[in-house]
Amino acid sequence: MILAIVLALIVIGSVAFHFVTPWTVSALASNWSSMDAMLQVSFAITGVVFVAVSLFMVVALIRFRHRPGHRARFEPDNRRLEWWLLGATTAGIVGLLAPGLIVYADFVRAPPDAMQVEVVGDQWRYGYRFPGADGQFGAANVRHVRGDNPLGLDPDDPAGQDDIVIRGGDLRLPVDQPVEVLLRSNDVIHGFFVPQFRAKMDMVPGMVTRFWFTPTRTGRFEVLCTQHCGVGHFNMRGAVVVKGQEDFDAWLADQRTFGEQLAMLEDPEIDAQVIRGRNLAEQHGCVACHSVDGSRQIGPTWLNLYDSEVTLADGSTVVADADYIRRSITDPGAELTQGFPPVMPAFDLDDADLGALVSYIRSLAEAPEDRSEPEEMPHEAQAPGDGEEPARGNTD
Amino acid sequence: MAYSAAAETHEHHEPQSFVTRYIWSQDHKVIAIQYSLTAISVGLVALVLSGIMRIQLGFPDSGVVDAATYYQFMTMHGMIMVVYLLTALFLGGFGNYLIPLMLGARDMVFPYVNMLSYWFYLLSVIVLLASFFVPGGPTGAGWTLYPPQAITPGTPGADWGIITMLVSLAIFIVAATMGGLNYVTTVLQCRCPGMTLMRMPLSIWGIFIASIMALLAFPALFVAAVMLIMDNTLGTSFFMPAVIAMGQQLDHEGGSPLLFQHLFWFFGHPEVYIVALPAFGLVSDLISTHARKNIFGYHMMVWAIVAIGVLSFFVWAHHMYVSGMNLSFGYFFAISTLVIAVPTAIKVYNWILTLWRGDIHLTVPMLFAVGFIITFVVGGLTGLFLGNVVVDIPLADTYFVVAHFHMVMGVAPILVVFGAIYHWFPKLTGRMMNERLGQLHFWITFLGTYAIYFPMHYLGVLGMPRRYYAYEDYAFIPQSAHDLNTFITVVALAVAISQVLFLVNLVWSAFHGKPSGDNPWNAASLEWQTPDTPPKHGNWGASVPVVHRWPYDYNVPGAPRDFIPQTDPRPETGEPHGGPGPQEGKA
Amino acid sequence: MSFWAQHAPGRGTIEPAWGNRQPWQGPVDRSRVALRGLLLLLVPLTSMFGLVVSAYFMRRHMGDWQAVPLPWQLWLSSALLLASSVAFERARRITAPARLAELQANLAAAGLLALGFLATQVWSWQALAGQGYALAGSAGGSFFYLMSGLHALHLVCGMVAWLKVRTAARVGTELATVQLYVRLCAIYWHFLLAVWLVLFATLLSG
Repeated sequence: MILAIVLALIVIGSVAFHFVTPWTVSALASNWSSMDAMLQVSFAITGVVFVAVSLFMVVALIRFRHRPGHRARFEPDNRRLEWWLLGATTAGIVGLLAPGLIVYADFVRAPPDAMQVEVVGDQWRYGYRFPGADGQFGAANVRHVRGDNPLGLDPDDPAGQDDIVIRGGDLRLPVDQPVEVLLRSNDVIHGFFVPQFRAKMDMVPGMVTRFWFTPTRTGRFEVLCTQHCGVGHFNMRGAVVVKGQEDFDAWLADQRTFGEQLAMLEDPEIDAQVIRGRNLAEQHGCVACHSVDGSRQIGPTWLNLYDSEVTLADGSTVVADADYIRRSITDPGAELTQGFPPVMPAFDLDDADLGALVSYIRSLAEAPEDRSEPEEMPHEAQAPGDGEEPARGNTD
Repeated sequence: MAYSAAAETHEHHEPQSFVTRYIWSQDHKVIAIQYSLTAISVGLVALVLSGIMRIQLGFPDSGVVDAATYYQFMTMHGMIMVVYLLTALFLGGFGNYLIPLMLGARDMVFPYVNMLSYWFYLLSVIVLLASFFVPGGPTGAGWTLYPPQAITPGTPGADWGIITMLVSLAIFIVAATMGGLNYVTTVLQCRCPGMTLMRMPLSIWGIFIASIMALLAFPALFVAAVMLIMDNTLGTSFFMPAVIAMGQQLDHEGGSPLLFQHLFWFFGHPEVYIVALPAFGLVSDLISTHARKNIFGYHMMVWAIVAIGVLSFFVWAHHMYVSGMNLSFGYFFAISTLVIAVPTAIKVYNWILTLWRGDIHLTVPMLFAVGFIITFVVGGLTGLFLGNVVVDIPLADTYFVVAHFHMVMGVAPILVVFGAIYHWFPKLTGRMMNERLGQLHFWITFLGTYAIYFPMHYLGVLGMPRRYYAYEDYAFIPQSAHDLNTFITVVALAVAISQVLFLVNLVWSAFHGKPSGDNPWNAASLEWQTPDTPPKHGNWGASVPVVHRWPYDYNVPGAPRDFIPQTDPRPETGEPHGGPGPQEGKA
Repeated sequence: MSFWAQHAPGRGTIEPAWGNRQPWQGPVDRSRVALRGLLLLLVPLTSMFGLVVSAYFMRRHMGDWQAVPLPWQLWLSSALLLASSVAFERARRITAPARLAELQANLAAAGLLALGFLATQVWSWQALAGQGYALAGSAGGSFFYLMSGLHALHLVCGMVAWLKVRTAARVGTELATVQLYVRLCAIYWHFLLAVWLVLFATLLSG
């Protein structure tokens, strides 16, 4: 009896919870309202089945509970009832599946006028690429990836010279324009998911995966990684900023092309030591854990680290000068920054390499007046905004 | 061959010393207990790991583990629960104990292989637990072990942890194969006179089909493990494309990460049913016995088990809708996945129709059986969301998935395990388990797990991704979702701690429980008709039993009692119907 | 056959429709059980080799694929394995107790030919490695080593069984038992031959 009452309460409670829950789909920002509709259809059909089955059991538990003298009825089966149940179940399944497959047919085929954009993942960041004026992506391969070419574009492919590579910034998209997203990865499998857009897809190294959607309202949306990609998985973030078409066009026209970026690297004004340090940081994977834009990742950010005061795990403080940085690279466990896990391996680098890295880190703290402040979003400092100096925003 | 020679040496004399009786035992009952105790012990380790993970999720500021350790615990929790606890417990534990007793056999057909199976299993568990102590710790790749991530340095345990994991799995597969050969051959060859296939209890049908599935599905994991070890240690490129790891170009070229996923899920999805089918079978017997009513639609139930077993090999890629595989596969796998829901639904209907017009005794096993039905219905229905490809796209890799599979293949089978242990404990020990403690254990476990996993679905609907160490500073996640996480953690810890009630009950009752007699539940099936309780070596005394009916003759009109044991000859005339009567014989 | 249980009102019991269709097959017969067990063992092995072959075909579609020039030694080893299987088959067909010596001779030949097969496989590995196809060199090569290695491993396990059979045949175990062992071993040998031919054909297909 108690069991029957509790089960009844569970059924009522679950249904009530469904209607009052504060946790529901986030406000839609793409064309996939059909996915939301399918979700609601699923809730409705399965909800009816859940209530029916559970209440049937509640009634059975009350009516046929054991009492002295009560006997069960011997009833091996009931053909007609079983065929009915089979038929009704099949009908319910078809009711779920058929509209679902129709929506899926839409998901499979991107509209022909969709604009293409590429997203490239590596531990634990997103990079983006637009095809540029010719509307064609240049060839790309992991084997071309270097510190100054993080997406691995083929420097010799003419189609790639006008591609626009966005690294360390947000992905910007025009509103109401269908977008086909081409996904690549340079290391492990990542995912690309914006909850408000509903659609998602994994990014698999060695192949190009794709999906499409149309952003339907402007705003800034968080990108999440949805495929376990190592220790920094939970902190692999990005952002999509959806703007009006004109704002988008203006912004895009402002970006340097890949060809221009390559030319800039020849720029004698940038210290060779700093470039070498930056390449080393990419090569050894330092930037996987240490951001250069102020965001918090596995390790402390390098932005403005040099000559700043660092609180260590034991509560003492130390100034992050060249010596401290060298010590932290060769023996990271000895003076651990407070609040960060002791996961960094020791790097056995020679003196010249250490010097280059220190130069690079120092360059990230120099001349603060040259560095514009990140956009006015309080907790989103990891994504530098429009005003950032393009040279660094695009090549770090 | 080793099999026949080993089998012949058996049966000749009963083992005498303590060691041959309880350690190097070839008796299926002892092996079953060894399997069960090992599985429960390693399951407790996984339970503790999940508690630590929950503390991190509910109280992220507590700093109880760092991210690397979190992922390592997550991986070990998943792998232990799915493979080393549930698979081993249902097949190695319940399969070993019940198959010979329910079929009237004296033992398994290959007792020596059976013993080897346990020792290989124990070895695999030891290798698995050893990975906690290797340099770098256990692998943190998630129980799916997807390459390249599983073997590249951005993942904890990518050097030694992953190798111990894969080696342990390979050993487990050898153990499971030896066990599976035994279970299937025993069911086919060693039934007592009169025990036709269609007179077998549904428990045996579930275990039988699950064993066949294990024989077909585990090789996929074995192949995947061997190839992944080769990629990792020998530098081959089966699964590894050209990638960069920590800024270094690796030497691999051209491998396909999706190939691993196909192999893994070709094992992984049948694995779900390898766990579920024995649970379906056991719970059918619990419901029938304690509702004092025959199982409704026995034939339909048998065919549903067979159909689920066959279909489960054609649905694997529904785990891969957003993996980047060819999108047109989605049509096929969405259809096949929703087709498999039909036989599954049939089973649910037949359980509740068995209750209808029954004489329901709410014993502790029955409480767990009813709890199972509710949990399984929720888990099964949410499976329809995830099988239907467009609904899955937003929900894939969110907490909806976590809630779904914990309901359907975590909590539901575990409720059956508890119910079955309360049910068959008297046969194992001759003593009853304590009813009060059992009820308390049921209520905390059932209500607790429901409170944990039901709201968790809605976190997934919200879009919270799974396998996250922390959810700091995500604008789309409201504070209330963090509060819900804290609530879930508190309940989860309470449920975890309450399992002590079960352990105490288990140990205390084994020595001080109320004596049960031979057949405390008045059950009709064969294992309750043994001459001794607990059954002695050889199970059946001088001669094996003869079976005259199916195992569900409860409340038969005109019968003197409310059940007729399977061994009871036909009443009155004894007229045979439906074919030649069984020959008397002695195995 | 009825899909439903037969309800027999008034009889006091019911019998599922299939109730007595299959009469009891008598007390457990060791040779039947062993045979059934062995055939069942071939199920997971078939599954395993089948999955390796399907993995091969999936992997072949990836961009970097290049076929491996199979060394000529594989033709020799295939012939040796075929001969070994034939010898086992001849041993299996001997039933007369008087021809025990002949049985033993065939058994020995089968084992030696199988050893020859294994040696030739190793030789072919060396030959391929000598041509610059190291284990990790190309995916086609990796699959060749994986397939032939897994197959050889199973034949090595078979050799352990072969030793047992040979011992049994020598020490004068009852002929029926020896014949059972030979029969089981022969089935396993034929199975491994079939597997090898499929693997070889797969590798030959490019």
